[in-house]
Amino acid sequence: MYGNDFAEPDDPGAGPLNAADGGAVEAAAAHVDTKAQQGLETFDAIIAADQRIEPRDAMPEEYRQTLIRQIAQHAHSEIIGMQPEGNWITRAPSLRRKAILIAKVQDEAGHGLYLYSAAETLGIDREELLDRLHTGKQKYSSIFNYPTLTWADCGAIGWLVDGAAIMNQVPLCRCSYGPYARAMIRTCKEESFHQRQGFELLWELMRGTPEQQAMAQDATNRWWWPALAMFGPRDTGEHAVTGGHTEQSMAWGIKRFSNDDLRQKFVDMTVPQAQRLGVKIPDPDLKWNAERGHYDFGEIDWDEFWRVIKGDGACNSARIERRVTSHQQGAWVREAAAAYAAKQRQRAGAGAQAGAADGEGSAA
Amino acid sequence: MSEGTLPLFEVFVRAKRGLSHVHVGSVHAPDATMAVRNARDLYTRRQEGVSIWVVAASDIVASSPDEKDSFFDPAGDKIYRHPTFYDVPEDVEYL
Repeated sequence: MYGNDFAEPDDPGAGPLNAADGGAVEAAAAHVDTKAQQGLETFDAIIAADQRIEPRDAMPEEYRQTLIRQIAQHAHSEIIGMQPEGNWITRAPSLRRKAILIAKVQDEAGHGLYLYSAAETLGIDREELLDRLHTGKQKYSSIFNYPTLTWADCGAIGWLVDGAAIMNQVPLCRCSYGPYARAMIRTCKEESFHQRQGFELLWELMRGTPEQQAMAQDATNRWWWPALAMFGPRDTGEHAVTGGHTEQSMAWGIKRFSNDDLRQKFVDMTVPQAQRLGVKIPDPDLKWNAERGHYDFGEIDWDEFWRVIKGDGACNSARIERRVTSHQQGAWVREAAAAYAAKQRQRAGAGAQAGAADGEGSAA
Repeated sequence: MSEGTLPLFEVFVRAKRGLSHVHVGSVHAPDATMAVRNARDLYTRRQEGVSIWVVAASDIVASSPDEKDSFFDPAGDKIYRHPTFYDVPEDVEYL
Protein backbone atom coordinates (compact mmCIF):
# COMPACT_ATOMS: atom_id res chain seq x y z
CA MET A 1 0.00 0.00 0.00
CA TYR A 2 2.88 2.32 0.57
CA GLY A 3 6.52 2.67 -0.38
CA ASN A 4 8.28 5.78 0.76
CA ASP A 5 11.27 6.01 2.98
CA PHE A 6 11.95 8.86 5.30
CA ALA A 7 12.92 9.25 8.91
CA GLU A 8 12.67 11.93 11.52
CA PRO A 9 15.68 14.22 11.25
CA ASP A 10 16.49 13.51 14.89
CA ASP A 11 15.76 9.79 14.91
CA PRO A 12 18.95 8.15 16.16
CA GLY A 13 17.77 4.74 14.99
CA ALA A 14 17.73 5.89 11.40
CA GLY A 15 21.50 6.12 11.18
CA PRO A 16 23.33 8.57 8.98
CA LEU A 17 21.44 9.24 5.79
CA ASN A 18 24.54 9.90 3.83
CA ALA A 19 27.28 7.49 4.70
CA ALA A 20 29.81 10.29 4.43
CA ASP A 21 28.17 12.03 7.42
CA GLY A 22 28.63 9.21 9.87
CA GLY A 23 32.23 8.25 9.32
CA ALA A 24 30.97 4.76 8.53
CA VAL A 25 32.71 4.74 5.21
CA GLU A 26 36.06 5.65 6.71
CA ALA A 27 35.66 3.07 9.43
CA ALA A 28 34.72 0.39 6.97
CA ALA A 29 37.40 1.39 4.50
CA ALA A 30 40.11 0.48 6.98
CA HIS A 31 38.95 -3.12 6.85
CA VAL A 32 38.18 -3.42 3.21
CA ASP A 33 40.35 -5.99 1.53
CA THR A 34 41.08 -6.12 -2.15
CA LYS A 35 38.42 -8.69 -2.88
CA ALA A 36 35.65 -6.71 -1.24
CA GLN A 37 36.89 -3.66 -3.11
CA GLN A 38 36.54 -5.52 -6.37
CA GLY A 39 33.02 -6.56 -5.32
CA LEU A 40 32.05 -2.95 -4.74
CA GLU A 41 33.51 -1.92 -8.08
CA THR A 42 31.23 -4.54 -9.61
CA PHE A 43 28.36 -3.05 -7.58
CA ASP A 44 29.09 0.43 -8.92
CA ALA A 45 29.29 -0.91 -12.47
CA ILE A 46 25.94 -2.69 -12.13
CA ILE A 47 24.29 0.45 -10.74
CA ALA A 48 25.86 2.59 -13.48
CA ALA A 49 24.52 0.21 -16.14
CA ASP A 50 21.05 0.41 -14.51
CA GLN A 51 21.02 -3.33 -13.95
CA ARG A 52 19.73 -5.12 -10.87
CA ILE A 53 21.60 -6.03 -7.71
CA GLU A 54 20.74 -9.54 -6.51
CA PRO A 55 20.87 -10.89 -2.95
CA ARG A 56 24.29 -12.51 -2.96
CA ASP A 57 26.09 -9.70 -4.77
CA ALA A 58 28.59 -7.59 -2.89
CA MET A 59 26.97 -4.29 -1.87
CA PRO A 60 27.91 -1.36 0.35
CA GLU A 61 26.71 -1.89 3.91
CA GLU A 62 24.82 1.43 3.76
CA TYR A 63 22.94 0.23 0.67
CA ARG A 64 21.96 -2.94 2.49
CA GLN A 65 20.85 -1.07 5.62
CA THR A 66 18.92 1.54 3.64
CA LEU A 67 17.04 -1.22 1.83
CA ILE A 68 16.34 -3.18 4.99
CA ARG A 69 14.93 -0.05 6.63
CA GLN A 70 12.86 0.95 3.59
CA ILE A 71 11.52 -2.50 2.74
CA ALA A 72 10.75 -3.22 6.40
CA GLN A 73 8.93 0.09 6.81
CA HIS A 74 7.02 -0.69 3.65
CA ALA A 75 6.14 -4.20 4.88
CA HIS A 76 5.07 -2.88 8.28
CA SER A 77 2.84 -0.32 6.54
CA GLU A 78 1.11 -3.08 4.60
CA ILE A 79 0.24 -5.16 7.63
CA ILE A 80 -0.68 -2.21 9.86
CA GLY A 81 -2.70 -1.00 6.86
CA MET A 82 -5.01 -3.98 7.34
CA GLN A 83 -6.43 -2.39 10.48
CA PRO A 84 -8.19 0.81 9.34
CA GLU A 85 -10.22 -1.08 6.75
CA GLY A 86 -10.47 -4.28 8.76
CA ASN A 87 -12.39 -2.07 11.16
CA TRP A 88 -15.29 -2.03 8.67
CA ILE A 89 -15.48 -5.67 7.56
CA THR A 90 -18.27 -6.58 9.97
CA ARG A 91 -20.21 -3.44 9.04
CA ALA A 92 -19.84 -3.41 5.25
CA PRO A 93 -23.26 -2.49 3.86
CA SER A 94 -23.69 -5.47 1.52
CA LEU A 95 -22.34 -8.96 0.97
CA ARG A 96 -20.63 -7.70 -2.21
CA ARG A 97 -18.85 -4.93 -0.31
CA LYS A 98 -17.91 -7.30 2.50
CA ALA A 99 -16.35 -9.80 0.08
CA ILE A 100 -14.44 -7.01 -1.67
CA LEU A 101 -13.18 -5.59 1.62
CA ILE A 102 -12.05 -8.98 2.91
CA ALA A 103 -10.17 -9.61 -0.35
CA LYS A 104 -8.53 -6.20 -0.13
CA VAL A 105 -7.44 -6.63 3.47
CA GLN A 106 -6.08 -10.06 2.57
CA ASP A 107 -4.14 -8.46 -0.27
CA GLU A 108 -2.56 -6.01 2.19
CA ALA A 109 -1.37 -8.98 4.26
CA GLY A 110 -0.02 -10.52 1.06
CA HIS A 111 1.85 -7.35 0.12
CA GLY A 112 3.40 -7.31 3.58
CA LEU A 113 4.55 -10.91 3.11
CA TYR A 114 6.03 -10.24 -0.37
CA LEU A 115 8.01 -7.43 1.21
CA TYR A 116 9.17 -9.32 4.30
CA SER A 117 10.30 -12.04 1.91
CA ALA A 118 12.29 -9.45 -0.06
CA ALA A 119 13.79 -7.95 3.12
CA GLU A 120 14.92 -11.37 4.29
CA THR A 121 17.09 -11.77 1.19
CA LEU A 122 19.24 -9.00 2.70
CA GLY A 123 20.11 -11.25 5.61
CA ILE A 124 17.66 -10.15 8.27
CA ASP A 125 15.31 -12.47 10.11
CA ARG A 126 11.50 -12.19 9.87
CA GLU A 127 11.04 -12.36 13.65
CA GLU A 128 13.60 -9.60 14.08
CA LEU A 129 11.66 -7.37 11.69
CA LEU A 130 8.37 -7.96 13.50
CA ASP A 131 10.12 -7.31 16.79
CA ARG A 132 11.39 -3.97 15.51
CA LEU A 133 7.83 -3.03 14.51
CA HIS A 134 6.35 -4.12 17.84
CA THR A 135 8.93 -2.24 19.88
CA GLY A 136 8.71 0.92 17.79
CA LYS A 137 12.27 0.67 16.49
CA GLN A 138 10.96 0.75 12.94
CA LYS A 139 8.11 2.87 11.66
CA TYR A 140 5.19 2.37 9.34
CA SER A 141 3.44 4.98 7.23
CA SER A 142 1.83 7.69 9.34
CA ILE A 143 -1.31 7.52 7.18
CA PHE A 144 -2.51 4.49 9.14
CA ASN A 145 -2.60 6.44 12.37
CA TYR A 146 -5.74 8.22 11.17
CA PRO A 147 -9.09 6.64 12.12
CA THR A 148 -11.73 5.27 9.73
CA LEU A 149 -14.79 7.01 11.13
CA THR A 150 -17.38 6.22 8.46
CA TRP A 151 -17.99 3.71 5.68
CA ALA A 152 -16.97 6.38 3.14
CA ASP A 153 -13.46 6.28 4.64
CA CYS A 154 -13.02 2.83 3.06
CA GLY A 155 -13.68 4.47 -0.29
CA ALA A 156 -11.36 7.40 0.39
CA ILE A 157 -8.57 5.05 1.45
CA GLY A 158 -8.85 3.02 -1.73
CA TRP A 159 -9.08 6.05 -3.98
CA LEU A 160 -6.60 8.42 -2.31
CA VAL A 161 -4.30 6.35 -0.10
CA ASP A 162 -3.93 3.45 -2.52
CA GLY A 163 -3.79 5.95 -5.37
CA ALA A 164 -0.84 7.67 -3.69
CA ALA A 165 0.71 4.29 -2.95
CA ILE A 166 0.55 3.32 -6.62
CA MET A 167 2.28 6.58 -7.52
CA ASN A 168 5.06 5.66 -5.09
CA GLN A 169 5.26 2.00 -5.97
CA VAL A 170 5.27 2.04 -9.76
CA PRO A 171 8.78 3.60 -9.91
CA LEU A 172 9.90 1.06 -7.29
CA CYS A 173 9.23 -1.67 -9.87
CA ARG A 174 12.50 -0.41 -11.43
CA CYS A 175 14.36 -0.26 -8.12
CA SER A 176 17.99 -1.37 -8.35
CA TYR A 177 17.46 -4.19 -5.82
CA GLY A 178 15.97 -7.15 -7.71
CA PRO A 179 13.84 -8.78 -5.00
CA TYR A 180 12.29 -5.44 -3.98
CA ALA A 181 11.51 -4.57 -7.61
CA ARG A 182 9.91 -7.97 -8.18
CA ALA A 183 7.80 -7.66 -5.02
CA MET A 184 6.62 -4.25 -6.26
CA ILE A 185 5.61 -5.60 -9.67
CA ARG A 186 3.46 -8.20 -7.97
CA THR A 187 2.02 -5.59 -5.59
CA CYS A 188 1.26 -3.01 -8.28
CA LYS A 189 -0.73 -5.54 -10.28
CA GLU A 190 -3.01 -5.90 -7.28
CA GLU A 191 -3.21 -2.23 -6.22
CA SER A 192 -5.25 -1.28 -9.24
CA PHE A 193 -8.19 -3.24 -7.86
CA HIS A 194 -7.78 -1.44 -4.53
CA GLN A 195 -7.93 2.00 -6.07
CA ARG A 196 -10.84 1.22 -8.37
CA GLN A 197 -13.01 -0.37 -5.69
CA GLY A 198 -12.47 2.73 -3.54
CA PHE A 199 -13.42 5.06 -6.36
CA GLU A 200 -16.48 2.96 -7.14
CA LEU A 201 -17.54 2.99 -3.49
CA LEU A 202 -17.43 6.81 -3.44
CA TRP A 203 -19.04 6.97 -6.89
CA GLU A 204 -22.04 5.07 -5.54
CA LEU A 205 -22.28 7.30 -2.47
CA MET A 206 -22.11 10.43 -4.63
CA ARG A 207 -25.10 9.19 -6.59
CA GLY A 208 -27.00 8.40 -3.39
CA THR A 209 -28.82 10.46 -0.78
CA PRO A 210 -27.61 13.90 0.38
CA GLU A 211 -26.39 12.21 3.58
CA GLN A 212 -24.33 9.73 1.56
CA GLN A 213 -22.88 12.52 -0.56
CA ALA A 214 -21.96 14.45 2.57
CA MET A 215 -20.30 11.35 3.96
CA ALA A 216 -18.17 10.99 0.81
CA GLN A 217 -17.20 14.66 0.95
CA ASP A 218 -16.33 14.42 4.64
CA ALA A 219 -14.08 11.41 4.02
CA THR A 220 -12.36 13.25 1.16
CA ASN A 221 -11.83 16.25 3.44
CA ARG A 222 -10.16 14.13 6.11
CA TRP A 223 -7.99 11.93 3.83
CA TRP A 224 -6.79 14.42 1.23
CA TRP A 225 -4.01 16.06 3.23
CA PRO A 226 -2.73 12.90 4.92
CA ALA A 227 -2.60 11.28 1.45
CA LEU A 228 -0.45 14.16 0.14
CA ALA A 229 1.80 13.84 3.20
CA MET A 230 2.38 10.16 2.36
CA PHE A 231 4.98 11.22 -0.21
CA GLY A 232 7.19 12.49 2.58
CA PRO A 233 8.87 15.81 3.35
CA ARG A 234 9.67 18.33 0.64
CA ASP A 235 12.93 17.39 -1.00
CA THR A 236 13.29 19.87 -3.85
CA GLY A 237 13.55 23.64 -4.11
CA GLU A 238 14.08 26.15 -1.33
CA HIS A 239 11.79 24.36 1.12
CA ALA A 240 13.63 21.06 0.91
CA VAL A 241 14.09 19.36 4.26
CA THR A 242 17.79 18.68 4.59
CA GLY A 243 19.10 15.32 5.65
CA GLY A 244 16.54 13.34 3.65
CA HIS A 245 17.29 10.08 1.92
CA THR A 246 16.35 11.24 -1.54
CA GLU A 247 19.75 12.10 -2.98
CA GLN A 248 21.60 8.95 -1.91
CA SER A 249 18.64 6.70 -2.73
CA MET A 250 18.42 8.19 -6.19
CA ALA A 251 22.15 7.70 -6.77
CA TRP A 252 21.71 4.06 -5.83
CA GLY A 253 18.70 3.61 -8.09
CA ILE A 254 16.42 2.78 -5.16
CA LYS A 255 14.35 5.88 -5.66
CA ARG A 256 13.57 7.20 -9.13
CA PHE A 257 11.66 10.44 -8.47
CA SER A 258 11.73 13.04 -5.71
CA ASN A 259 8.93 13.16 -3.13
CA ASP A 260 7.78 16.49 -4.58
CA ASP A 261 7.64 15.17 -8.15
CA LEU A 262 5.55 12.20 -7.11
CA ARG A 263 3.24 14.41 -5.04
CA GLN A 264 2.72 16.72 -8.01
CA LYS A 265 1.92 13.77 -10.27
CA PHE A 266 -0.59 12.52 -7.72
CA VAL A 267 -2.35 15.89 -7.51
CA ASP A 268 -2.44 16.20 -11.32
CA MET A 269 -3.91 12.71 -11.61
CA THR A 270 -6.44 13.05 -8.80
CA VAL A 271 -8.01 16.48 -9.35
CA PRO A 272 -9.85 15.44 -12.56
CA GLN A 273 -11.02 12.28 -10.79
CA ALA A 274 -12.44 14.38 -7.95
CA GLN A 275 -14.24 16.59 -10.46
CA ARG A 276 -15.79 13.56 -12.13
CA LEU A 277 -16.71 12.16 -8.74
CA GLY A 278 -18.28 15.46 -7.73
CA VAL A 279 -16.34 15.93 -4.50
CA LYS A 280 -14.50 19.12 -3.65
CA ILE A 281 -10.83 18.91 -2.72
CA PRO A 282 -10.32 20.75 0.58
CA ASP A 283 -7.60 23.12 -0.61
CA PRO A 284 -8.44 26.79 -1.33
CA ASP A 285 -5.05 27.21 -3.06
CA LEU A 286 -5.67 24.43 -5.56
CA LYS A 287 -5.74 25.79 -9.10
CA TRP A 288 -4.48 24.93 -12.57
CA ASN A 289 -1.24 26.65 -13.52
CA ALA A 290 -1.14 26.80 -17.32
CA GLU A 291 2.42 28.08 -17.31
CA ARG A 292 3.73 25.09 -15.38
CA GLY A 293 1.27 22.66 -16.87
CA HIS A 294 0.48 21.43 -13.37
CA TYR A 295 -1.93 22.11 -10.55
CA ASP A 296 -0.68 24.45 -7.83
CA PHE A 297 -1.68 23.35 -4.37
CA GLY A 298 -1.43 24.52 -0.77
CA GLU A 299 1.17 23.71 1.86
CA ILE A 300 0.87 20.56 3.93
CA ASP A 301 0.70 20.96 7.70
CA TRP A 302 4.18 19.61 8.34
CA ASP A 303 3.93 20.08 12.10
CA GLU A 304 1.04 17.64 12.11
CA PHE A 305 2.98 15.29 9.83
CA TRP A 306 5.96 15.06 12.20
CA ARG A 307 3.68 14.91 15.23
CA VAL A 308 1.88 11.85 13.84
CA ILE A 309 5.15 10.17 12.79
CA LYS A 310 6.52 10.67 16.28
CA GLY A 311 3.57 8.86 17.80
CA ASP A 312 0.99 11.53 18.50
CA GLY A 313 -1.60 10.56 15.89
CA ALA A 314 -5.15 9.53 16.74
CA CYS A 315 -4.45 5.80 16.50
CA ASN A 316 -0.68 5.23 16.95
CA SER A 317 -0.85 3.31 20.20
CA ALA A 318 -4.04 1.45 19.25
CA ARG A 319 -2.50 0.21 16.00
CA ILE A 320 0.62 -1.20 17.64
CA GLU A 321 -1.32 -2.62 20.57
CA ARG A 322 -3.67 -4.43 18.20
CA ARG A 323 -0.73 -5.70 16.15
CA VAL A 324 1.15 -7.04 19.18
CA THR A 325 -1.99 -8.60 20.66
CA SER A 326 -2.89 -10.42 17.48
CA HIS A 327 0.70 -11.64 17.12
CA GLN A 328 0.61 -12.99 20.68
CA GLN A 329 -2.83 -14.52 20.25
CA GLY A 330 -1.64 -16.29 17.11
CA ALA A 331 1.35 -17.83 18.89
CA TRP A 332 -0.47 -21.06 19.72
CA VAL A 333 -1.20 -21.66 16.02
CA ARG A 334 2.47 -21.31 15.10
CA GLU A 335 3.50 -23.45 18.06
CA ALA A 336 0.98 -26.18 17.25
CA ALA A 337 2.05 -26.28 13.60
CA ALA A 338 5.72 -26.47 14.58
CA ALA A 339 4.99 -29.22 17.13
CA TYR A 340 3.07 -31.20 14.53
CA ALA A 341 5.90 -30.83 12.02
CA ALA A 342 8.44 -31.94 14.64
CA LYS A 343 6.33 -35.01 15.47
CA GLN A 344 6.01 -35.93 11.80
CA ARG A 345 9.78 -35.62 11.34
CA GLN A 346 10.34 -37.78 14.41
CA ARG A 347 7.95 -40.46 13.14
CA ALA A 348 9.53 -40.41 9.70
CA GLY A 349 12.94 -40.80 11.34
CA ALA A 350 11.74 -43.69 13.52
CA GLY A 351 10.06 -45.33 10.52
CA ALA A 352 13.25 -45.11 8.48
CA GLN A 353 15.24 -46.73 11.25
CA ALA A 354 12.71 -49.53 11.68
CA GLY A 355 12.66 -50.04 7.91
CA ALA A 356 16.45 -50.28 7.80
CA ALA A 357 16.42 -52.87 10.63
CA ASP A 358 13.91 -54.98 8.69
CA GLY A 359 16.07 -54.89 5.66
CA GLU A 360 13.55 -52.76 3.74
CA GLY A 361 15.46 -49.76 2.52
CA SER A 362 14.14 -46.85 0.57
CA ALA A 363 14.00 -49.20 -2.41
CA ALA A 364 10.61 -50.27 -1.12
CA MET B 1 8.31 -24.06 23.21
CA SER B 2 10.51 -21.25 22.06
CA GLU B 3 9.12 -19.16 19.25
CA GLY B 4 11.77 -18.81 16.59
CA THR B 5 11.22 -18.06 12.94
CA LEU B 6 9.69 -21.02 11.13
CA PRO B 7 11.78 -22.58 8.34
CA LEU B 8 12.02 -20.69 5.05
CA PHE B 9 10.84 -22.25 1.78
CA GLU B 10 11.48 -20.89 -1.70
CA VAL B 11 8.38 -20.99 -3.90
CA PHE B 12 8.16 -21.81 -7.62
CA VAL B 13 4.95 -21.47 -9.62
CA ARG B 14 3.98 -22.89 -13.01
CA ALA B 15 1.80 -20.15 -14.51
CA LYS B 16 0.13 -22.47 -17.00
CA ARG B 17 0.62 -25.80 -18.69
CA GLY B 18 3.57 -25.79 -21.04
CA LEU B 19 5.63 -23.35 -18.97
CA SER B 20 8.37 -24.08 -16.44
CA HIS B 21 8.00 -23.38 -12.75
CA VAL B 22 9.43 -19.95 -11.99
CA HIS B 23 10.73 -18.64 -8.68
CA VAL B 24 8.25 -16.16 -7.19
CA GLY B 25 9.44 -15.60 -3.61
CA SER B 26 9.44 -17.37 -0.29
CA VAL B 27 7.21 -18.35 2.62
CA HIS B 28 7.77 -19.46 6.17
CA ALA B 29 6.09 -22.68 7.27
CA PRO B 30 6.60 -25.44 9.83
CA ASP B 31 6.86 -28.08 7.10
CA ALA B 32 6.69 -28.50 3.34
CA THR B 33 2.98 -29.39 3.29
CA MET B 34 2.07 -26.17 5.05
CA ALA B 35 4.51 -24.28 2.84
CA VAL B 36 2.54 -25.38 -0.23
CA ARG B 37 -0.68 -24.15 1.35
CA ASN B 38 0.83 -20.86 2.45
CA ALA B 39 2.30 -20.39 -1.02
CA ARG B 40 -1.13 -21.06 -2.54
CA ASP B 41 -2.68 -18.31 -0.39
CA LEU B 42 0.16 -15.87 -0.97
CA TYR B 43 1.21 -16.30 -4.60
CA THR B 44 -1.89 -17.60 -6.41
CA ARG B 45 -4.78 -15.52 -5.07
CA ARG B 46 -5.67 -14.58 -8.65
CA GLN B 47 -5.14 -17.89 -10.42
CA GLU B 48 -1.50 -17.10 -11.20
CA GLY B 49 -0.59 -20.76 -11.19
CA VAL B 50 -1.59 -24.36 -11.90
CA SER B 51 1.22 -25.97 -9.92
CA ILE B 52 3.49 -25.03 -7.01
CA TRP B 53 6.88 -26.32 -5.90
CA VAL B 54 8.39 -25.46 -2.54
CA VAL B 55 12.00 -26.16 -1.61
CA ALA B 56 13.57 -25.64 1.81
CA ALA B 57 15.80 -22.60 1.30
CA SER B 58 18.57 -24.37 3.20
CA ASP B 59 18.57 -27.18 0.61
CA ILE B 60 19.37 -24.93 -2.33
CA VAL B 61 22.92 -25.09 -3.61
CA ALA B 62 23.92 -22.16 -5.78
CA SER B 63 26.93 -20.93 -7.68
CA SER B 64 28.76 -18.17 -5.89
CA PRO B 65 28.66 -14.63 -7.26
CA ASP B 66 32.27 -14.22 -6.05
CA GLU B 67 33.53 -16.73 -8.58
CA LYS B 68 31.18 -15.58 -11.31
CA ASP B 69 34.01 -14.80 -13.71
CA SER B 70 36.08 -17.92 -13.29
CA PHE B 71 32.98 -20.10 -13.10
CA PHE B 72 31.43 -18.94 -16.35
CA ASP B 73 34.66 -18.02 -18.17
CA PRO B 74 35.15 -21.40 -19.89
CA ALA B 75 32.17 -20.65 -22.16
CA GLY B 76 33.59 -17.26 -23.13
CA ASP B 77 36.03 -18.34 -25.83
CA LYS B 78 33.88 -21.01 -27.46
CA ILE B 79 32.14 -18.80 -29.92
CA TYR B 80 31.99 -21.72 -32.38
CA ARG B 81 29.01 -22.91 -30.31
CA HIS B 82 26.92 -20.19 -31.91
CA PRO B 83 25.42 -20.67 -35.40
CA THR B 84 26.56 -17.21 -36.52
CA PHE B 85 30.21 -18.30 -36.14
CA TYR B 86 30.07 -20.14 -39.47
CA ASP B 87 30.66 -18.65 -42.91
CA VAL B 88 28.31 -20.17 -45.41
CA PRO B 89 27.24 -18.99 -48.87
CA GLU B 90 24.40 -16.48 -48.66
CA ASP B 91 22.33 -18.17 -51.37
CA VAL B 92 21.85 -21.43 -49.48
CA GLU B 93 18.35 -21.55 -47.96
CA TYR B 94 17.11 -23.06 -44.68
CA LEU B 95 20.57 -23.05 -43.15
